[in-house]
Parts: sequence; structure tokens; C-alpha cells
Amino acid sequence: MTPMTDPDKPEPEAAELVRPYVITKGRSLPDDEQFSLITLVTATLDDRQRPNRLSPEEQNLLTMCTGGYLSVAEIAGHTRLPLGVVKILLASLVEGGYILTRPPVARAVLADREILQEVLDGLRAKFG
Amino acid sequence: MVSGPNLDETAYVRDGANQTPVKILVVGHFAVGKTTFIGAISEIPPLSTEETMTRAGESVDDLKGVNGKTTTTVAMDFGRLTISERVVLYLFGTPGQQRFVQMWEDMARGALGALVLVDPERLADSFAVIDLIEQYGLDYAIAVNRFDGSPVREEKALREALDLLDDTPIVACDARDEKSSAAALITLVRFLQDRALQEQI
Repeated sequence: MTPMTDPDKPEPEAAELVRPYVITKGRSLPDDEQFSLITLVTATLDDRQRPNRLSPEEQNLLTMCTGGYLSVAEIAGHTRLPLGVVKILLASLVEGGYILTRPPVARAVLADREILQEVLDGLRAKFG
Repeated sequence: MVSGPNLDETAYVRDGANQTPVKILVVGHFAVGKTTFIGAISEIPPLSTEETMTRAGESVDDLKGVNGKTTTTVAMDFGRLTISERVVLYLFGTPGQQRFVQMWEDMARGALGALVLVDPERLADSFAVIDLIEQYGLDYAIAVNRFDGSPVREEKALREALDLLDDTPIVACDARDEKSSAAALITLVRFLQDRALQEQI
């Protein structure tokens, strides 16, 4: 049922043993527009330049984002933290300048049509 | 700590700095084959997110006790497909559970459209999810997931049973088969193109 479960790995602690508001230090959800499920995120610095005053969860998120771009949903899936918690942690990392975000483009009919054509062509090329 | 901060190279979006992320929803009732469908198309092993369930009437004191453990449940499954050098497509799957209002808002906002997976033997189970899709104003197509040996109903009967508009596409698919699943998505995308044209006029 849960694809992320690996019997050889210890259970993740965060979701079970630490309550979400502790991880987020009581901060509340950022603006909906800032992080959609598919906003792409990457770290700005490599491991060595990172200050150590970040929380363990923030450190782990940064480590995860160092390898390239991931969507907000993928980060939640890999960390197994609730989405709201991930968004709050990411917001604080953006504030600190540790990560960059690439939000989806605002919807416009013309842009949509171009994108739809590209999706159609891509699906046909891959599976046709 | 969180599990596995070090991911394989293939976990990351290829050429992410130049990609525009888009999403399509794959919805349907419990056990209709959403995860199978997403797995057939996705280039990464499907992931899931969990939502924190808050029970009404739970007092603050209760949270300190043994029963205070946060209850989580899988809220959605999703996968990813790099479409081109410019577009990366995410597929989000979720059952029609209205209690996850925030999650539905997150999923629906900016989605290109939705594919509704339907089990022809359990049509009534699809009503709730179709209602939700309509409520969020998403354009959708119906994909009838044909399980082995299940009878194929007439399209007209299906359209009536599900109370669909005349132009809502209905396509048969086998969620286990990537070509069949992709064909259903292609049907949806072509319909979305038609709708985008109509909007422009």
C-alpha cells in the first residue's frame, strides 16, 4: 500500500514521534501561492556552506534538495512528513535564502494551449 | 529526523531549472486502479503523501496521552513523467474523500484536467468523486478500467448512469498497461485542447 515502506530501514521518526507543530516551531502555513504541490524546489548551496543553526528537519530537507529539483509533493513523499509541515519548512528555508523555487506558470489560455500540445506530443512520442 | 534525505539521481526532475511543472488528476473511488494507472505512466516509483487526521472533539489534553499520537492516512498517490525539455507532468491520484478539503484545493488548483477512473461494476461509487471534480470546475474524461471478465456496457448507458454531458469523452483502459493508460490520457488531453479552443472563442 505505501510504496515508500522499506522493511530494512527504521521507521521514520518525525511523523510518528514528533508532533508537527514542534517540527514547524509553531509557524503557520505559508501563502497558498508560494508552494503548490508541483512547485519545483532546489538548494542554493552545497552541503559545506550550510549553517548548522537549522533544525534537523530543515537540514534533511536541504540535503534532499541539493541533488537537483524536486516538487513539493515529492519532498513530502520522500520525507513522509505531512504536506503542511513540508510547506512551512520550505518557506523558512526560502526566507533564509537556502532554496530556490520554480512555481508553475500562471494559467492563461494561450499558455495552456501550448502546454497541452506539448503534453500530447510527449505522450504520443513516449507511448504511441 | 526524516527518512532517506539522500536520493538517487533519477529521483530528481531532469533539467529542473528549465522545466514547467504541470499536473493532471487521476481520480476514482477506492481500489479502482489509480495507483496502478499512475505506476504504468510514471518514470519514478509512485509516491504517496499522508495527511494528519484531526478528530473532532479531541481535546488538547488527549494529545499528551498514548492516544495522542498523530493519526495519518494515505491521502494521495502521485507519479511524474518528463514530457519534454520544457514540461514535466505530475499525475496525482486520490479517492473522493471530502474530508481532505485542503488537499483537494491543493490538487485542483492549476490542474490541466482530470481523468476519472471508473469500475463499470461499481458505477455508483464514482458519483462522489465526479461531484468533487465538477465542484472544483475541472474538465474531465472518463476512463473505464476494464478488469478481467467484466462486461463492457454500452457507452450510452454509461453516460446516462453517470449523468455525463454529451461531449465528455469515455474511453476504455487497462490501468496495468502503459500504452492503454497513455491512450486514456491522450483522449483527455485532446478534449482539454478542444475546451481551451472553446474558451478562447
